[in-house]
Amino acid sequence: MASLPKANFAFHERRRDTDHESFLAHKGFRWLKIATALMLVVVVSYFLVDVEPRHNGGSWYGYTLGTIGLLLILWLSLLGVRKRKMTEKYFSLKGWTSAHVYLGLALIVIGTWHTGFQLGWNVHTLAWALMMLVILSGLYGIVVYSVLPRSLSNNRREMTREQMVEGLDALDRQLETAAQPLDRDLSDAVITALDQDAFKAGVIARLTGRYPRCATRKALRAFDGTGGNEAADKVRSLLSRRQAQLEQIRRHMKYKALLEVWLFVHIPATILLIAALTAHVVSVFYYW
Amino acid sequence: MSAAARAAALGMPHILIEKTDHLSDTIYKYQKGKHVMATPSNLVLRSDIDFDAGKREFILDTWDTQIADQSVNVKLNAEVVEITGETGNFTLKLKGGEEIRAEAVVMAIGTQGNPNKLRCPGADLPLIQYQLDDPGEYYDEHITVVGSGDAGIENALGLAADAAQGNVVTILNRSADFARAKKANVALLEEAEKEGRLIVRRETEPAEVRESELVLNTRDGQEAIRCDRIIARTGSQPPRGFVEAVGIEFTSDDRAAFPKLTPSFETTKNGVHVIGALAGYPLIKHCMNQGYDVIEFLNGNTDLKPADEPILAEKFASLPGNRSVEEWLETFRSNIVILQELSPLQMRELMLDSTARAYRKGERIFERNAPGSSMFAIAEGSVSVEVNPNDSSVTVPIEQGSIFGEVGLVSGRRRGATIHAAEDTVCVEFTRGAALKLLATAPSANRAVNRISIERQLLQMFGSGLTSDDVAELVETAEVQDKHAGEVVIKEGADDKDIYIVRRGSMIVEKNLGGHEVFLSYLPAGSYFGEMAVIDGSARTATVKAAIKSEVVRFPGEAFVALLDRKPQIRERALRDMKDRREVNSFIESQKHSFGGAVDLYSKTAQFLVDNGIGEATDVLLIDETLCVGCDNCEKACADSHEGLSRLDREAGRTYAHLHVPTSCRHCEHPHCMADCPPNAIKRGPDGEVFIDDTCIGCGNCQRNCPYGVIRLDAKPPPKPSLLSWLLFGRGPGPGEAPYKWRKKKAEEAGTEQAKLAIKCDMCSGIDGGPACVRACPTGAAIRVAPEKFLTFTKLVQEDAD
Ligand SMILES: Cc1cc2nc3c(=O)[nH]c(=O)nc-3n(C[C@H](O)[C@H](O)[C@H](O)COP(=O)(O)OP(=O)(O)OC[C@H]3O[C@@H](n4cnc5c(N)ncnc54)[C@H](O)[C@@H]3O)c2cc1C
Ligand code: HEM
Ligand code: SF4
Ligand code: SF4
Ligand code: SF4
Repeated sequence: MASLPKANFAFHERRRDTDHESFLAHKGFRWLKIATALMLVVVVSYFLVDVEPRHNGGSWYGYTLGTIGLLLILWLSLLGVRKRKMTEKYFSLKGWTSAHVYLGLALIVIGTWHTGFQLGWNVHTLAWALMMLVILSGLYGIVVYSVLPRSLSNNRREMTREQMVEGLDALDRQLETAAQPLDRDLSDAVITALDQDAFKAGVIARLTGRYPRCATRKALRAFDGTGGNEAADKVRSLLSRRQAQLEQIRRHMKYKALLEVWLFVHIPATILLIAALTAHVVSVFYYW
Repeated sequence: MSAAARAAALGMPHILIEKTDHLSDTIYKYQKGKHVMATPSNLVLRSDIDFDAGKREFILDTWDTQIADQSVNVKLNAEVVEITGETGNFTLKLKGGEEIRAEAVVMAIGTQGNPNKLRCPGADLPLIQYQLDDPGEYYDEHITVVGSGDAGIENALGLAADAAQGNVVTILNRSADFARAKKANVALLEEAEKEGRLIVRRETEPAEVRESELVLNTRDGQEAIRCDRIIARTGSQPPRGFVEAVGIEFTSDDRAAFPKLTPSFETTKNGVHVIGALAGYPLIKHCMNQGYDVIEFLNGNTDLKPADEPILAEKFASLPGNRSVEEWLETFRSNIVILQELSPLQMRELMLDSTARAYRKGERIFERNAPGSSMFAIAEGSVSVEVNPNDSSVTVPIEQGSIFGEVGLVSGRRRGATIHAAEDTVCVEFTRGAALKLLATAPSANRAVNRISIERQLLQMFGSGLTSDDVAELVETAEVQDKHAGEVVIKEGADDKDIYIVRRGSMIVEKNLGGHEVFLSYLPAGSYFGEMAVIDGSARTATVKAAIKSEVVRFPGEAFVALLDRKPQIRERALRDMKDRREVNSFIESQKHSFGGAVDLYSKTAQFLVDNGIGEATDVLLIDETLCVGCDNCEKACADSHEGLSRLDREAGRTYAHLHVPTSCRHCEHPHCMADCPPNAIKRGPDGEVFIDDTCIGCGNCQRNCPYGVIRLDAKPPPKPSLLSWLLFGRGPGPGEAPYKWRKKKAEEAGTEQAKLAIKCDMCSGIDGGPACVRACPTGAAIRVAPEKFLTFTKLVQEDAD
C-alpha cells in the first residue's frame, strides 16, 4: 500500500539500541551460553585431570581455577563503578549486567571446584561462603527484577511519586477544613491521623507494606456508625481516600524496597568477600 | 527608545510616545530577576543607550537614568490609536483625543499587541486588569479570571495557591471544556476545583462589569457575583491591524509576515518607518541598532552602513571577484529565483543566517546520507546530482538560480543524493530556520520551492528512467492538501486511483478484520501511498488516515495511468516492488483468526503511541515497564553526561500495556518548539536530533510551545566532586542530578550567576556510544526507537508475547 522514505537506518540502529530484549535475554542469551560452556569445561576437566592425592586448591589445576575465580570476582565487583560512570565510548550496562549475572553464577562451579570440595572452618572456606552469599543474594535479585516491575508499574497508575505525595497533601488540606465542624473525639482522631508521620516505620513494615499502627485506619474505624451526618460522611470519604492514597504510596515503597534490599547484602558481602579473598590469598602464599 | 536617544543626541525635535507608564514594556514584563541576554555576540551595539547581558532590573534602571540624562522627550501613558497624513505632515491621534503632529514617524511597537478587552458593558472599569505580575500581592479579595487558556489557568492557580491569602478565586470558561490549555494545567485546575480551592464556572461569560460586582451569563440565565478584581486573559490582538490601518503593506497574508521595508526601514507609507520586533528583528541588540540607524537615515546620513555590514563582509570575503557586500546581495537577489521578491533589508537579514561559498569544479557540496537540514541555492554556476547510489556516473544537472537540498528542509532528513559542482560555482546555504522564514514571508519563494520539491519527490519515487519532462503533467496537477488528525485519506474498498505523498505529519494504515480496524503500519513524512490501486487497477486494500495534522500531495490517478501507459518498463518494476507488500497483507489476512486478543492489544498500543506524539516523532524513548526496576539510572546517566541536569523525567508520562512514554524529547519531524525562538537557537543536528544551541536567551517560548512538556528551564549547576571521591569519601551529591538545594548553595558559594536557559534532550549527539539513558539501563527497559521501525506488526506482537 505504501513506501517508506529511504532513510539511513543502519546508522541510527547502531546509535540507539532498538533491540527490545531484557538483560537476561541480551543478544540471544549470549552470556548464558558462554557461562554454561565455561562451567562444562570446568566440570569435565575435573574428571579428566588427574591430581594426586586428590583435587585441592593447591594443585596447578586448583591454582588455575582460583586465578580465574579471583579475576572474575574482581571484575564482577567493578559493576558497581561501571553503573555510576558514564563514558563517551560505547558500552551497555545491560550487556554488563547480563554478563555479570551469568558469569557470577558460573562462579558457583568455578569456586566450588577450585576448593576440590575441601571445606572446613578456616579463612578459605569463609571466602567461599561469602561468595555463595553474594551469589545467592544476586539470585534473589534477578528473581525480583523479573517479577516485580509489573507490579510497580501497575501500582503507579501513571502517577509519579511526587504526584502521589502531592495527592496526599491535597487530601490533607481538605481534611483539615472538613474536620472543623466535627465533635471533639472525631476531630481528634483526624488530627492524630494527620499528625502521624505515615511512612515512619521499621524495616518489616517497609518490606511488607503493612503498617499496623496506621492512625488513618484507626481514625476511619472511629467513624463507624456515624452515617447520616453530612459533615462526618464527608470526612469519612476523605479519610478513606487518604487511606487509599497512603496504600498506593506504601505499596510503591514496598516494591522499591524489595527491589533494593538485597543490594544491602550483595554489596557489603562483596566488600567482605574481597577482604576475605585477600586474607585467603596472602595466607596461601605465606604458608607455601 | 534608542531612536529617540539618537534624535536627542543630534538635537532633532522628537517625542517618544509610550502606551504604558514605563518604557520597554516587553522587557518590563519579563519575570523578576530574569537574566537578559545580549545575543548575537558578534554584533556590535550601536546606540546612545547602553545594553549588555544582565538582570532585567539593572537594564531597565540603566535605561531610565540614561533617557533622563540625555533629555529625551518622553510622553508616557499615551497610546497612539491612529496615524493620518502624509510624509512631512502626520497627525498622531492619542487615546483620549490629544493630537501630535510630526514630519516622520518611527514605529517600534513590538509584537505584543493589545490584550483583548472584555466585550461587555463596563469593560473600561479600573477593576479589570490584563496582566498579573505577582499573585502573592492580593489578600482577601474576590477575584475573577476570565479566559480559559494557559495564561488564565496559571493566574487562577497562582492566586489560589496559598489559602492564607484568603482570596476567593473564580475562573470563567465560555465552553464546557478547556480545549486551548495544556493537559497538565487542566488537571491541576480540576484538582484545585475538587479541593474547593477555587471555583470553575463552565459555559459562562461576563455580561456586565459593575463596581465590585460581575454579572454573568450562565447556561441557566444571568447571575451576579461579588468581584473586587477581574483578570482578563482572553488573548491579545496582534498589532498588525493597527499597522495596516496606517497604510502599511505586509509581505504576505501569512501570520508570520512582516511589513515591507526599504533599506532605511521606510514602509510603503512614505515617512513611516518600522523597526524592532515588529520589523522582524526580535533581539534587543538589533532593535537598538535599528533605532540608531533609522534616525541617522532620517538625518540624511545615507552612507551609514548597517551594523551588520562587517559580519556580512566577513561572510563574503572568501568569494571570488572582490565584490562589495552590496554587489553580492544584488547578485544573489537577481540570480536566485526564490529571492527575487525580497527587499535589500530582507536580503541582509537572510544572509546573516546563511552562508555563501564558492566551490571549484568537481568539488563535493554534500554527500548522500550526510546529515543536513539546510537548503542551497545556486547563485552562479551549476551542480550535478548523482541520482543512482550504485553508479556515480549517472547524474542530473541543476542550473543556476535553482535550489537543492530542500528535502532536508521539509522533513529534516538525511541527504538523498550526492551533489558536486559541475563548474566553478557560488552557492548560498540557508539554515533551516532562515529558509522557513523566507518561505513564510515570500509567497513566490514558497510556490517555487513547493513545485521543485514535488517534482523531485516524484522522480525519486520512480527511481531512474524518468525525466522532469515526463512528470511535468503530474506536477502540474498535483495538489497540496491539509488533513486533520484522524482524517481518512484513502478508504478501504474504494476504487479511486489517486496517489499521495506525505509531506508533513504521518499516516497510519488500517485494515478492517472481522469488524475491527486493525493497525497495519505507520507512514512517516516522505512516504508515498495509494500507488497499488493505480498500478494493478485493484480496489483499495486498506484505509489510510492522518495520525496527526498532516499535509499530503495528491496526484490524480488518470495522469498516473497515462504515465504508466507511456512507460511500460516502469509499470513492470512497480509491479515487482509491490509483490512483497501484497504478501504481508495476505499474511495478516490469513492469520486474522489466530491472534484475536493480541491483534486488538496491538492496535490499541499503536493508537496509544500515536496519541502520545509518536506520530510526529523521529526518535522516541520508551520504557518497558515489565523490565524497569525504577533505579533511575537512566536519569542519572543523562544528567551526568549533560552538564549535571537530566533531560528526561522517567516517571512522568503515559503508560499503556506496560509500555511507558516518559517525558523526553520526541525529536519531532516538525518541531513545535522551533516555531517562536527569537535567536533561532533550536536546530536539527547531524543525527536528526533537535537541539538548543548556546544562543538560547531563556525566554521560555519553546517550553510553552512543546506539546509534550519536555523542555525545562534551569541554570547550569556547578561541577560536582569526582566519582572516586564520592565513592571513597562520600564527597558531593553522588551520581545523577544534584538536588536543587545543593546546586543553589554551590552556585551561591561560587558567586557565579547563571542564566536559566532552556534545556532538552539532544539525543546524546556528540557522544559516540549513543544515548546515555539507554546505555545506562541495567535491565534493557529503556529503548530509543524510530516510530516507523517500532510501529510494526512484528515488534508490537513480540511485545505482547512477553
Ligand atoms: C520572555 C521573553 C524573554 C526575552 N529575552 C530576551 C533576551 O534575553 N535577549 C534579547 O535580545 N531578546 C529577548 N527577548 C526578545 C525581546 O525582548 C523583544 O523582541 C524586544 O524587546 C522587542 O523590542 P521592540 O522595541 O521592538 O518592542 P517592545 O519592547 O515590545 O516595545 C514596544 C513598546 O511600544 C509600546 N506600544 C505598543 N503599541 C503602542 C501604541 N499604539 N502607542 C504607544 N506605545 C505603544 C509598548 O507598550 C512597548 O513599550 C525576549 C522576549 C520575551 C517575550
Ligand atoms: C561473587 C560474585 C559477585 C560479585 C562480587 C558481585 C558484585 C556485585 C556488585 C559490586 C554489584 C553492584 C551493586 C551496585 O553498586 O548497585 C552487583 C550488582 C548486581 N549483581 Fe552481583 N555480584 C556477584 C554475583 C552475582 C550473581 C551470581 C548474580 C545473579 C544471579 C548477581 C546479580 C546482580 C545484579 C542483578 C546486580 C544489580 C545490577 C544493577 O541493578 O545495576 N551478582 N554485583
Ligand atoms: S522539544 Fe517538544 S516539540 Fe520540540 S522536538 Fe522535542 S518533543 Fe517535539
Ligand atoms: S538521549 Fe541523551 S540527552 Fe536524551 S534523554 Fe537520553 S541521555 Fe538524555
Ligand atoms: S535505568 Fe532502566 S530500569 Fe532503571 S529506571 Fe531507567 S528504565 Fe527503569
